[in-house]
Amino acid sequence: MSTLQVPVTDADYIEGDPDAPVTLVEYADYECPYCGAAYSVIKRVQKHFGKRLRFVFRNFPLTQIHPEAENAAEIAEFAGAHGRFWEMHDALFENQEALGPALYVSLAKTLGLSAEALEEALEHRTFRPKIRSDFMGGLKSGVNGTPTFFINGRRHDAGNEYEDLVTAIDAELATEARRSSATR
Amino acid sequence: MAKRPGQDSKLLSPGTKAPDFTLHVTPDQTLALSDLAGKPVVLAFYPADWSPVCGDQMALYNEALPEFEQYDATILGISVDGAWCHDAFAKARNLHFPLLADFEPKGAVATQYGAYREGDGFCQRALFVIDRDGVIAWNFLSPIAINPGADGILDALARLPK
Repeated sequence: MSTLQVPVTDADYIEGDPDAPVTLVEYADYECPYCGAAYSVIKRVQKHFGKRLRFVFRNFPLTQIHPEAENAAEIAEFAGAHGRFWEMHDALFENQEALGPALYVSLAKTLGLSAEALEEALEHRTFRPKIRSDFMGGLKSGVNGTPTFFINGRRHDAGNEYEDLVTAIDAELATEARRSSATR
Repeated sequence: MAKRPGQDSKLLSPGTKAPDFTLHVTPDQTLALSDLAGKPVVLAFYPADWSPVCGDQMALYNEALPEFEQYDATILGISVDGAWCHDAFAKARNLHFPLLADFEPKGAVATQYGAYREGDGFCQRALFVIDRDGVIAWNFLSPIAINPGADGILDALARLPK
């Protein structure tokens, strides 16, 4: 079974309680329609589990089939470097059909980020190494398309609908509960 | 007793000399495994062109090419689709590695490698890493509905003698 080879650290973008018993890691591509669909599913899953779940996003742009995927990933990382990762991440998925330079500039303005700095980061490909490193870690972990999820480090192969993820996370919570009562 | 679909002979094992073959790589060009002697080769048998894009095994390997190249390895996709079909598929998906047509006699190479699904009439999702001496170093059979990803391939390439 494929398992996550790159542990979650402070260098990751993480939403939710750091002490949550379940960690959901997603490898995704901002231009991938399946990731767009998963975006709203994850929001519902997060709401459902609350403090019992933390969510980690990592980049896996399929650049040969999605011409804006790399740029969008770089934009999100740029926003992240200015403390606005999740706002940009959400805005990119919510405007997935409009990905492109005009959207990036407008989103940067909305978030109070400098359009010149953004342009410079894109031009110098400042965040490409970070994205490539996410991508490599994903490949070595068995990411096999987008989106790919890992639940507490194990690849989730059982579907990406709301019910699929809830069922798998419930099962993991039950396992964790048994584990912690056994060690008590 | 007739074989049921998917209940097929076993994949050729590590340590076996990889059988040579010559297949069409474009409608007017062929490629032989022996053309690649001296370099590691990844053979990726897959059921068919045109699976959904973002979960597609060939699209994934296409993005992973720089990593395979670090090991000096060539990856070859093989299915029973014809050369014209491969050509259209490769163009549509912007693929930068060869897709071989195991088309006539249908599935003959897949059968030699134990990677053919009798009854279904298409290849298994079977992976082989062949070393510089043309010997199978690693194999993997994935459930037909699950794209095996690239982790096993990269791990096998990393373990080949330099």
